[in-house]
Amino acid sequence: MSDTDLKPPADEESAERMSSAPVEADAPTGIGVIGWTRWMWRQLTSMRVALILLFLLSLAAIPGSLIPQNSQNAFKVQTWKAAHQSIAPVYEKLQLFDVYSSVWFSAIYILLFISLAGCIIPRTWQFVGVIRADPPAAPHNLTRMPVYAAWHTDADPETVNAAAHRLLRKRRFRAHLSTGTKGAVAAEKGYLREVGNLLFHLSLFALLAGFAWASLASGQGGKLVVEGDGFANTMTQLDDFTGSAFYGPEDLDPFGFKLDNFTASYQTTGDQMGNAREFVAHIRYWEGDDSSKLKAGDIQVNHPLDIGGSKVFLIGHGYAPVITVRDATGKVVYHDTVPFLPQDSNLTSTGVVKVGDYGDKDGKKVQLGFQGFFLPTAPANFGPTTGPISLFPGDASPLLVLTAYAGDLGTDSGLPQNVYQLDLTHLTQLQQDGGPAKAKMTPGQVWQLPNNYGTISFDSYKQWATFSVSHRPGNSVALTGAVLAVLGLIGSLFVQRRRIWVRAVVGPDGRTLVELAGLARSESARIAEELAELAVDLQDDAPALEEPAEPLPAETPDTSETSDTPDASSVPATSAPARPADSESKE
Amino acid sequence: MILASGVNPHLAELSNKLIYSAMAVYLLAMFAYMFEWTFGSKGAVAVRSAEQATLAETAAAATLPQQAKVAKAAKSVTVTVASPGGGTTTLTRTALAGEGATVVTSGRGDGDVLDGPGAAGTSEKGDMAGRMAVSLTVLGFLINAGGVFTRGLSVMRWPWGNMYEFSCAFAVSTVAAFLMLLLAKKPVRWLGLPVVLTAVLTLGLATTVLYTDSEQLVPALHSYWLGIHVTTAIISGGALHAAFVVTALYLGKDTYDKRIAAGKTTGPFNTAASVWDRLPAAATLDKLSYRINAMVFPLWTFTIIAGAIWAESAWGKYWEWDPKETWSFITWVAYACYLHARATAGWKGRKAAYLACLAFACFVFNYYGVNIFVTGKHSYAGVG
Repeated sequence: MSDTDLKPPADEESAERMSSAPVEADAPTGIGVIGWTRWMWRQLTSMRVALILLFLLSLAAIPGSLIPQNSQNAFKVQTWKAAHQSIAPVYEKLQLFDVYSSVWFSAIYILLFISLAGCIIPRTWQFVGVIRADPPAAPHNLTRMPVYAAWHTDADPETVNAAAHRLLRKRRFRAHLSTGTKGAVAAEKGYLREVGNLLFHLSLFALLAGFAWASLASGQGGKLVVEGDGFANTMTQLDDFTGSAFYGPEDLDPFGFKLDNFTASYQTTGDQMGNAREFVAHIRYWEGDDSSKLKAGDIQVNHPLDIGGSKVFLIGHGYAPVITVRDATGKVVYHDTVPFLPQDSNLTSTGVVKVGDYGDKDGKKVQLGFQGFFLPTAPANFGPTTGPISLFPGDASPLLVLTAYAGDLGTDSGLPQNVYQLDLTHLTQLQQDGGPAKAKMTPGQVWQLPNNYGTISFDSYKQWATFSVSHRPGNSVALTGAVLAVLGLIGSLFVQRRRIWVRAVVGPDGRTLVELAGLARSESARIAEELAELAVDLQDDAPALEEPAEPLPAETPDTSETSDTPDASSVPATSAPARPADSESKE
Repeated sequence: MILASGVNPHLAELSNKLIYSAMAVYLLAMFAYMFEWTFGSKGAVAVRSAEQATLAETAAAATLPQQAKVAKAAKSVTVTVASPGGGTTTLTRTALAGEGATVVTSGRGDGDVLDGPGAAGTSEKGDMAGRMAVSLTVLGFLINAGGVFTRGLSVMRWPWGNMYEFSCAFAVSTVAAFLMLLLAKKPVRWLGLPVVLTAVLTLGLATTVLYTDSEQLVPALHSYWLGIHVTTAIISGGALHAAFVVTALYLGKDTYDKRIAAGKTTGPFNTAASVWDRLPAAATLDKLSYRINAMVFPLWTFTIIAGAIWAESAWGKYWEWDPKETWSFITWVAYACYLHARATAGWKGRKAAYLACLAFACFVFNYYGVNIFVTGKHSYAGVG
């Protein structure tokens, strides 16, 4: 069945097509692989499939927000796996712990971007064509347009058309005046809508490129620095480092810094007591090879420092007791600042002291190990069940709680060891008064170890801070993409693209019929007012004649007067006015 | 070690009192809106009829010839506008030469569904109640805004550092969206009841469940991006909420229209027909919700981008798929789907409206759900 009769004439179709969206095919055309490939490509680049992919993308993002992710917190993933042992392998298979780098998530967004490219690139070229061509010529039957006005005048058509052309130009329409017996003005405005639309979609590619660049060429390292110590950005000095395909340990940016001191302040009253209020790391840093040219800088949460292509972020902080161990003769066998790791928000910290060079005791080689807690604000008495717990993260009443071990630390075996843990397999805990020997020390106090092992003194304490050194290129690309995307969105959502046609023709009675028609998207009624304003202005050049009876309503044009003009004579009262442009087509 | 305090307890106390007062005033406004609806149902619910419209036209037409006599060179144009429903509307614009004045009369044609007269119907008492309700809403808004402002002053920072403060600001922005529509001379007083109702519920939830004392912020929030990112999030939230209310009303009105066409006499869930009669036409509601959503979408996009920029300076990566980021992305995609479907794929009407509701559900989950049930980097002081 053919519906060609019902279709508007070709010129109207082109006039009504306001976006360069492709016309969608419904079934495979042609045979064989090429036909099917073409059909699949058409499907992929169709609006429907793009919408489905977009919807799938948002669905696919959900599990990652509910299941712990390796990329954010690998420890939480381990805990979760331990708690759900039966289902964890299935989740693992489905890549549910790495949703955002999973095959299925990647497949969705890659398909989406291919679909987008297949749609946007041809549209861009088409739009360039539209920009270079004149606005679509006036359709024969202007009454079919959604917005229409007409009147008769004595002015001659050429003048009216020229005036309309001038007025439309003044309103910053792109206007084209065609002369001749059927002279008319075709004008269009609001190209920024399509520009914005294309810009928005193209800038999504810039965003994607920024993402890709960042994931291929970025690296991140971590370092704990105690007050007074320095750090150089090399592989040997970093505590940990994660590189990427194009950023390895040899690419680390050359710089270093010295942590002069660290200040922290906390809420002291109310139900948010103990909440952190300010952290500042005061550093002096150098760039390149010359470590003598120091510049001062502050690093705070939210305020990283840009040094030589990397950004240094403040991640965490804690306390490091300064400890001296002497043997029975009083000889110093150990003196160091030992960072203790915070366990809770009040900075109850745990740590160990490994005295590897204690020497001999009773003719045997012996090493000492200590483990315990540092409490910045210790309670007067520990609870029987809770153990040592700090009351406040500030150092109001610092206390070091230690127990001592003797034996073999296992450090000489050559195997790498965690510096924050004691390997207790070859160590025995020192005993005192029938129980494990332990001591609570305030700064300056000395603990006389049992069995004549000597002394350990808690000299003082310092603060430490952890820093993340991050090299991430592509941020500016992503940011540019994002800014352009917003600008594009504003253009595509707020600008109204509309067309106005004006045609003045001499009728058989010698009077001139002026017709105006407008076309815009259905969401706005403003085109009617715009057309009315233009018409009112145009009446300066083409004054309306007194109509014999009713003022000429568009639905019932006087057929006797316009019988010679075939476009106006088609009975508009019966022909349905054209729907607003391409309400069904692809944006 | 420095001990931080820097809270002005008097201002904090004042802020709390203002928030409670705002709740009380909103409650009064709510009752006034209810009176408006009640009185309105007693008056004859006359849909603003074609007669009225013609009346206006006749009046305009009657004055026109007179003016034409005075100033012969009056210019007058009648524009015919095809409405999507298949009917036509006319718009007449008349300019008097020499005076520069223009008169616009909008007539209504056949086949156009008419908007209801509003909550007050034709009842004068109802109209009075409605005016009082709007005044009370404005008063409540000022007190609410004052509460948020003093809260900020008490700690000299942006007053949206936790869920309590965010909720108070959200109520302000929702009511502001409604008042701005009124200021723009849109006939949306019927929107007052649901808007004020949600403002009361939001503030109620804030003061009972989410309340935290006015305090300084954790270092993670020490950034001017707090002022940018969270402010735009609050404005987007308020406007999206208003759009959601309109969408929900559209669905109700559309169902009502269908029920009437099927010969029933009540609205959905057997609600009184007079309520739905007084609302604007389904097409008008649909258009309004689309416009609000389309207007807010770029702002919401900006909110996410501002958040990403902040994340870059706070955490080192602008996008880490933190639950909050993920859900704001999901919300964004849902609204993008809605706009695409609405503008191009021919998904007008109910289907698009369901999408809009789904998108708003994502937004709400992103606010309450992610903050309370999911732990991520957006978990801050004073939540839950």
